[in-house]
Amino acid sequence: MCCLTGTVKITTDVDSLRSEIRDKSVRVIDVRRESDYKQDHISTAVNLPLANLLSDDSPERVLKLVNSMGIDDETSVVVYDDTFGALASRVAWTLEYLGHSDVTLLESTYSHWKSLGLENDSDTPEIQSKEHSMKLKSDILATSDYLETAKTRDDVILIDNRERLNFLEQHIPGAISLPYRTLASDDKILRSKEDMKRLLDNRGIAGDSEIITYCGSVGTLSGLAYYALKSAGLSNAKLYVRSFKEWKNLQKPTQKQEDASYWDLSAE
Amino acid sequence: MTISDLKQSPSDSVKSKINWSRIEEADDFANTVKLFRQGKYDEDSFRRYRLQHGAYGTRMTSDYAMVRIKLPAGEIYPDQIEKISQLSEQYSIGSGHFSTRENIQLHWVILEDVSEIFRGLAEVGLTSREACGNSVRNVMCSPLSGVCPDEEFDATPYALATAKFFLRNPMAQNLPRKFKFNFTCCEKHGMVRMVDVGLIPQIREIDGTAQKGFKIFLGGGLGNKSFVGHQLEEFTPEEDLLYTSIAVMRIFDRMGDRKNLARNRMRYLVNDMGWDKFQNLVLKERAVVRATQSVITKLKVDHTPDIIKRPIRISDEDGGETTPDGYARWLKTNTVKQTQEDYRSVFLTLEAGDITASQLRGLADIIRNFSSEGKGRSGFSQNIALRYVHEDDLTRLYSKLLEIGLAKSGALTMTAPIGCSGTTSCNLALTNSHRLAKEIQRKFLELKLDEDDDLSDSSIKISGCPNSCGQHGIATLGFFGGGGRVGKYMYANYQMSIGGRSDGDTMLGQTLLRVPAKRVIPVILKIIEIFKANKKPDDTLKSWINRVVNGNEDSEIKSIVDIKKILEPLIIPPTMDEDPDFYLDYGSDSSYHTKTGKGECAA
Ligand code: HEM
Ligand code: SF4
Repeated sequence: MCCLTGTVKITTDVDSLRSEIRDKSVRVIDVRRESDYKQDHISTAVNLPLANLLSDDSPERVLKLVNSMGIDDETSVVVYDDTFGALASRVAWTLEYLGHSDVTLLESTYSHWKSLGLENDSDTPEIQSKEHSMKLKSDILATSDYLETAKTRDDVILIDNRERLNFLEQHIPGAISLPYRTLASDDKILRSKEDMKRLLDNRGIAGDSEIITYCGSVGTLSGLAYYALKSAGLSNAKLYVRSFKEWKNLQKPTQKQEDASYWDLSAE
Repeated sequence: MTISDLKQSPSDSVKSKINWSRIEEADDFANTVKLFRQGKYDEDSFRRYRLQHGAYGTRMTSDYAMVRIKLPAGEIYPDQIEKISQLSEQYSIGSGHFSTRENIQLHWVILEDVSEIFRGLAEVGLTSREACGNSVRNVMCSPLSGVCPDEEFDATPYALATAKFFLRNPMAQNLPRKFKFNFTCCEKHGMVRMVDVGLIPQIREIDGTAQKGFKIFLGGGLGNKSFVGHQLEEFTPEEDLLYTSIAVMRIFDRMGDRKNLARNRMRYLVNDMGWDKFQNLVLKERAVVRATQSVITKLKVDHTPDIIKRPIRISDEDGGETTPDGYARWLKTNTVKQTQEDYRSVFLTLEAGDITASQLRGLADIIRNFSSEGKGRSGFSQNIALRYVHEDDLTRLYSKLLEIGLAKSGALTMTAPIGCSGTTSCNLALTNSHRLAKEIQRKFLELKLDEDDDLSDSSIKISGCPNSCGQHGIATLGFFGGGGRVGKYMYANYQMSIGGRSDGDTMLGQTLLRVPAKRVIPVILKIIEIFKANKKPDDTLKSWINRVVNGNEDSEIKSIVDIKKILEPLIIPPTMDEDPDFYLDYGSDSSYHTKTGKGECAA
């Protein structure tokens, strides 16, 4: 069973991925560290460590990486990680931004896959390079400049996916807090569509407002949120991919919860 | 083979027999919040509704709430702990907080998410319904009930039945004010004289047969003004427990002060009317209740005994295992022997009740693997106990606790102070009492004061304002927060009292002097020094202070005034130039000023 929302497929379930692997109709990307990948990974998966991608995620470089992974415009791609889907989301989003439409997230993590005793090995597959086109999908990207002007519109919702204490301490003015932990269910990287819709609806995140997500530094937690929104049928979403780290470096205004020592409630 | 290899799968971990939740309350709450935000529900009605469901307001904002989850009789099961861990990461700050009344609290929850917490709680049978507001608050029971060497019988089933009877009961939805029950095991371990209704189990020989019943205390309580409860009668047989509770609540409901919010706890009614009159009324009302209630109106006390099963372990790993550092100290200051041979109850030292989400997860596993009753019991002092731990499992338990940072010593000593939430989240707070409690604990553990037998039966309790949520009135050394001033500068300043206690000789502490926040630690250390210099061989700090406050001490310290004289030089404020840090409260790097919002204690 797939998690279908309208025609947008966000995640791929375990059984479907297994049959796609058997049919050789999928390119699986493992975004964990190289050393983890080398130990074992989902059979046939290629390795693209997130850090490698982030070292230069210009479209030109991403195009090269995508080609070298044997992905063309028609290839069906499934991405997974072992970090509750956040790293995989960032990679999936990057492919989507490049113009690749058929990319989904594995519905659970690699640990979960392994705990089910499913196919894994340590082989590195032989890949034949392919030619992907570049049609940048700029409407899913938010830059700081874009955000500055968008914030003044009242049909724009800005979501902060960092943990609550970080949000209380400092956030982009006008943002609402939706910690990334709220996005998952017990064993899936995303809650069910109904659960997600109810949660978002309670918060007034609904309708066709434009929604921009951000997190602490590189758009991983907020990448997951981007897909969570889409899974709930909220497709007008953008990722502020450089996130709060850039915002602070640019010395743009921030807001904080005043007159309370909430940090002292934390047991950390 | 290690324990974790053998651990029972979550499915055979013990689960609560009682479902306290109602899932439909989640939807109802979500809808009500929406109506409120749309302006279709007025502020005041919404506040009452919110409190009735266990959600408090938060300091200086209406966007956030604190959700108080009830643990009736203090019982908490592994699956419930895991759920609370998850909820704290999803909707709160990644920590939960054990309170002094066997609740767990999640702070800084977005009001719109509260219903999602209710939904999660319902999955594990928990509720926050009537944890706040003018209702019967969480029914407490001593964490040692059932294992205490001094108890006559286990009051836990009675506490649970009482909680069940009053939860969502129409007669308890709009009392003049909150109403609290505390059951205990024995005189020493409870707080039966500091609550609306306090109960100690008693067995009486009547016509040759043993009859169960209670000693009931009425009209006590801590607050801006505190009172000690009165014993209703020699012995109240168990059949009369419910009738007595109903009678007391009916009188309070009819006669309690619904106008003057600051004086509407039942203790004021008792005080204004005089005990004799109140006592008479209760006895008469009880006769009426007994005569008019339907036969089916009963406490449903579940007497099925809990299954005590030592978690399975195949091989004995004791051979060659070394005892970890700090074990003896921990054993001494955190565990008590149970009536049941070979078993101990183990108290965990938390910092002012705080525990992280990952510690909670670890704790759930530890309970499954070490408690032969398969559940935890929260205590009276912002902590939690694992009971029925076999003596032979203690070293291994200690190692496991070390791994998750919960093996600190001193849980049952003065080095585990209570601190209410203070400025970390409470609207009425004047000081950061929560952090001060942590600072004292860190310092005193570093000084190994937990190992000092002279100090172990004393207590330190801190409130962030006069309202007593931190129970300062019954502490050996109690503090409540306020502001002090030097010229134009303000600083956090605590009113200190000494000699309070909540046992058989319950009394409130006597005011000693005001101590600036940054001088509290030196002042306590000085008191310990004076005590050491003047004590008799058998004295503990508690017994010595008791003699002093009662004017029975014959050393050079004759009274509280003599202690005050010695302390006074320590509390003189330095100038801002000499010591700017003095003017910052703990946990704050900006200049101290008092700031409060609307309190909801009376709501
Ligand atoms: C005038 C207002 C208030 C009064 C008189 C008051 C009084 C008290 C008292 C006497 C206790 C002691 C518990 C016991 O019986 O052992 C208590 C407990 C407590 N109070 Fe308050 N309180 C007030 C407002 C608040 C507020 C605004 C908060 C923060 C939201 C708060 C948080 C707590 C907490 C966390 C406890 C711990 C016990 C529990 O789990 O119920 N209180 N309060
Ligand atoms: S004692 Fe005061 S500061 Fe502390 S929780 Fe109660 S009302 Fe708040």
